[in-house]
Amino acid sequence: METEFRAKRAAGRKLLVPYITGGYPGWQDAVRACAAAGADAIEIGIPFSDPVMDGPIIQQASQAALEGGATPVNILHEIRSLDVSIPIAVMLYYNTVHHAGHERFAAQLRSAGVVAAIVPDLPLEEAGPWCEAADAAGVETVMLAAPTAPDERLPRVAARSRGFLYSVGLLGVTGERTELAATAAALAVRLKAVTDVPVLIGVGVSNAAQAKEAVQVADGVVMGASVVRRLIEGGAEAMGEYIAEVRRAIDE
Amino acid sequence: MSLMAEPSASGRFGEFGGRYVPETLVPACQELEASFIEAWADPVFRAELDDVLRTYAGRPSILTECKQLGAKLGLRLVLKREDLNHTGSHKINNVLGQALLAKRMGKKRLVAETGAGQHGVASATAAALFGMECKVYMGAVDVERQALNVFRMKLLGSEVEAVHSGSRTLKDAVNEAMRDWVATVETTHYCLGSVMGPHPYPWMVREFHRVIGQEARAQCIEEFGDVPDVVVACVGGGSNAIGIFSGFVDDRSRLVGVEPAGGAAVSRAQPGVVHGMRSYLMQDEYGQVQEAHSISAGLDYPGVGPEHSYLASIGRAEYPNVTDAEVIAAFQLLARTEGIIPALECAHALAWIVRAAPTMQGQTVLMNLSGRGDKDVAQMMDVLAK
Repeated sequence: METEFRAKRAAGRKLLVPYITGGYPGWQDAVRACAAAGADAIEIGIPFSDPVMDGPIIQQASQAALEGGATPVNILHEIRSLDVSIPIAVMLYYNTVHHAGHERFAAQLRSAGVVAAIVPDLPLEEAGPWCEAADAAGVETVMLAAPTAPDERLPRVAARSRGFLYSVGLLGVTGERTELAATAAALAVRLKAVTDVPVLIGVGVSNAAQAKEAVQVADGVVMGASVVRRLIEGGAEAMGEYIAEVRRAIDE
Repeated sequence: MSLMAEPSASGRFGEFGGRYVPETLVPACQELEASFIEAWADPVFRAELDDVLRTYAGRPSILTECKQLGAKLGLRLVLKREDLNHTGSHKINNVLGQALLAKRMGKKRLVAETGAGQHGVASATAAALFGMECKVYMGAVDVERQALNVFRMKLLGSEVEAVHSGSRTLKDAVNEAMRDWVATVETTHYCLGSVMGPHPYPWMVREFHRVIGQEARAQCIEEFGDVPDVVVACVGGGSNAIGIFSGFVDDRSRLVGVEPAGGAAVSRAQPGVVHGMRSYLMQDEYGQVQEAHSISAGLDYPGVGPEHSYLASIGRAEYPNVTDAEVIAAFQLLARTEGIIPALECAHALAWIVRAAPTMQGQTVLMNLSGRGDKDVAQMMDVLAK
């Protein structure tokens, strides 16, 4: 994914990565709709019982998916048969990996065609064993950088990140906000100064206008709650229209 | 060196513990660790905490020998009376320590999770005492079964938010408190209520409860001339157990932590990662955290503090479990034979003592009576009417 993202950035394209909760009714159609509407990669959430980085919308989607019988195994199986041409990343909490075992889980991702993993409760100090297993299996581990990090920490986080670097837009959990937080641009600027890994702002990027604002300083955006809410309220088609609207805004 | 010394630099007790938190919280955990190390080595801080424990919480807590019940069971049964502390449980020890530390760090707001409400009440109390703002997250199921404690927290000036996600009990209250902390970390201290969570909490909370074990050991030596043969405490997250174990871990005493049958994380011995720590955790075949079920809200937790997992893994402490029916019987037994109504949590420890008594004839058994049962009376009225 990183090679592709770097090439697109070099060509002047801003990167758009929507998030879809795996296992939520209609999620596979939603992934295809995202791809068709101009997404550069898709982040598929593997639902977890205790999602501490997620706000109400993604919690609701995760719980619905779990109640519908979603498991990491069947989501990965379904990812394999998705047949979309853009890279697929997964977002999951660390116990899902820990429980399966690092090497085994990395191999499962690889064979499902997943190219990258985002593990929001696995900070730099704890990430070593998983990152090594993922590297060995050819799966990129995207690290998160937070606005609270002191300057000396950012280059170390960036150096361990593969695929892209996830610049956490605000102090808080996933969810829609009325404005893009001032911390979003500030952190992206700090990160761009210390790394050439593509920097994408996520958490709290809530509509097309905010996405456009974010890509003034960042290489792209990850959008979750606003995407999932449209999937919940209007299905894959409404969600696809929204992705297309964001695409137009960041291409302007 | 003591078996319960400092954890490793990465916050581990053996292979348990660590700091599995979102990146946003890493600097806050590091700051807390540094502040705690500095404060704990500062005689001024220690004196301030000792003073508030003595003049406000009512320490030291006494030992009570249960002569009637001991005779009935064929052993010497001694209670460490943490139920007599201000706010009615051991939780105040940790909360006063953390609140003083938060004040020292310049944080003006506390967030806390609570199960039975004892930690929430203690947090609300400390916030009132030190003039801090406090918000307590409590599972919606627990809000209902512990209505009295909800009212106490509000009376003390704290905000109580019912958590409706997941199993709507303690584990979900922890999730919600962590979400709050992620958003407010610059002004807020997360006053975690047990020996769990990310490093430095399991260590720091243990140190704040070490006073239980220190007092108990000195009291046992003075009154009985020896350490007890057996030390027993209930275990949810495990703070009262760690507190009393810390006094005897390097002695010959047998250490017993009693879990509820529906929340027996240690018995299953399956490591997992949730709430910032690697420890034994009840989970399904895909690593989804399972819901614990216990008559006592305070033990309704699918995990356990990492140091307990360590003590179990090396065989230094044992962790049997008891059923709700045994707990209900023990709750009434202590009330009728000794005139003490225990918290349902502590009734777990007594239930195990009753069961294991035939194998402990003539021995001295020290039980941590970590909380009083007033909060459980309304619930038990319903249970016993059935």
